[in-house]
Amino acid sequence: MDKEIVVKAENVIKKFGEMTVLNGINLEIYKAETFVIMGGSGCGKSTFLRHLIGALKPDSGKVYLLGKDLGALKEDEMDLVKKKIGMSFQSSALFDSMTVGENVALPLKEHAKLEKSVIDIVVKMKLELVGLRGFEDLMPSQISGGMRKRVGLARAIVMDPQIVFYDEPTAGLDPIVAGVIDKLILDLSKKLSITSVVVTHDMKSVFSIADRVAMLYEGSVLEVGPPEAIKKSRNPIVQQFISGSPDGPIKFFQQKDDYLEQLMR
Amino acid sequence: MNIVEHVGSVVIGTAKQVGNVLRLFFDTIFWLIAGPLKNKSAKKDSIFSQMVFAGVGSLAIASFVSFFTGIVIAMQSAYQLSRFGANIYVAPMVSVGLARELAPVLTALVVAGRVGAAIAAELGTMKVTEQIEALETMALSPIRFLVVPRFLALLIMLPCLTILADIIGIFGGFLVGVFNLHLDPYRYITFSFKFMQWKDVWTGLVKSVVFAITIAMVGCYMGLKTKGGAEGVGKSTTLSVVTSFILIILFDCLLTGLFYFTQK
Repeated sequence: MDKEIVVKAENVIKKFGEMTVLNGINLEIYKAETFVIMGGSGCGKSTFLRHLIGALKPDSGKVYLLGKDLGALKEDEMDLVKKKIGMSFQSSALFDSMTVGENVALPLKEHAKLEKSVIDIVVKMKLELVGLRGFEDLMPSQISGGMRKRVGLARAIVMDPQIVFYDEPTAGLDPIVAGVIDKLILDLSKKLSITSVVVTHDMKSVFSIADRVAMLYEGSVLEVGPPEAIKKSRNPIVQQFISGSPDGPIKFFQQKDDYLEQLMR
Repeated sequence: MNIVEHVGSVVIGTAKQVGNVLRLFFDTIFWLIAGPLKNKSAKKDSIFSQMVFAGVGSLAIASFVSFFTGIVIAMQSAYQLSRFGANIYVAPMVSVGLARELAPVLTALVVAGRVGAAIAAELGTMKVTEQIEALETMALSPIRFLVVPRFLALLIMLPCLTILADIIGIFGGFLVGVFNLHLDPYRYITFSFKFMQWKDVWTGLVKSVVFAITIAMVGCYMGLKTKGGAEGVGKSTTLSVVTSFILIILFDCLLTGLFYFTQK
């Protein structure tokens, strides 16, 4: 396979105190694919995403982004890489003190030497893409959560990045808005050849957008493959996660004996 | 944990915090100087709006505090001085006391409570809602964007507020001197400035510069290291005010000592 690798994690290990959050992750993500990282809450998927964008540094192992070893980059070089990626945050992370339009325009204003009129046009185009043209002058507090998320997405793609990272893009949204966002992610990948890396546990979204899926469990990659293969996986953990069954190898409740013991303690 | 270990961990913890604050300070100075060279200076409108918030917004409360402080010093010193028939010395008591000590310290405490707390709360909220991380992901330095404007605003506005507090406090004392002690207004003013040297004013302003740096750095540091939602923001805000207060009093004592022992 001679697809271009744009994101690569090599044996990434991260510990917070005593707790090992990432336990040796190896992954390769190819250009223009939509790669979904799924896993239960607390499995380390958001932490892993933060390693991919260089916000966290691994205790050991390496992360390559667009061919650059993030651990070896100086601040200026890191900034150059950062300008080629976009990130859509779980809480949308819009700046409350700026209007919707100013939020989307900020990366352009700071990094691109463009006339204000050009920036205004680009902002309108990106807001049009997420279905929010005409909302430029509102403050983030005046729009709904789903709209904020879409503005966050418009801001993530305003610099025409090569890779966009999404942290739970559909969490907490109604099914229609979630569908719109899924479609948007697909459009960006297919029409603009943008690589999308999506962290989510929304199964519907996983199977409608993913080219490939990685299942994270207890800080390790359990399985990687196309969604169909993941669906047919024989791994009971993967199966339980897809079906959302309370019974199976992933323990939500503690063992009965422990429970009794704890009650009586 | 035995007491030695406990003391040890507190000392190490404090040393680490001090180190972190100093690092933030040096980073801020770096962006302040290197920013314009790299064509990445802090936003002018951001600095301006911070100056309005920190300075113009604090005018009323700072004036209020220093006006009544002037009145109080005048009355307290008149209580002592009247026994010696030296009421006229109320004037320099008020002017020198304010310029050297009370105007810079009280204004700094008021601003730490008003502006320092607001800085910690705002940056803290930005931290817990991923806004700081968003800035970093866009290759925009939070120090250049958020810390430098607040730092500059306080550095410029706190000395200005202190000068204003000097004047208003002296006016407060003047009212007591003229209307209560029946001193001649012209004589009061002459005495106020006769005993006040240029040094009294500039040492007060040096203090206010040090206090401004303290308030800005503590507020920004506490805000940027906030963790854990609304509760974390509350903690950072409280901690920023308490730490600023302690440091202001501490630095005041050190600087007063420095100026006192080096005077000749």
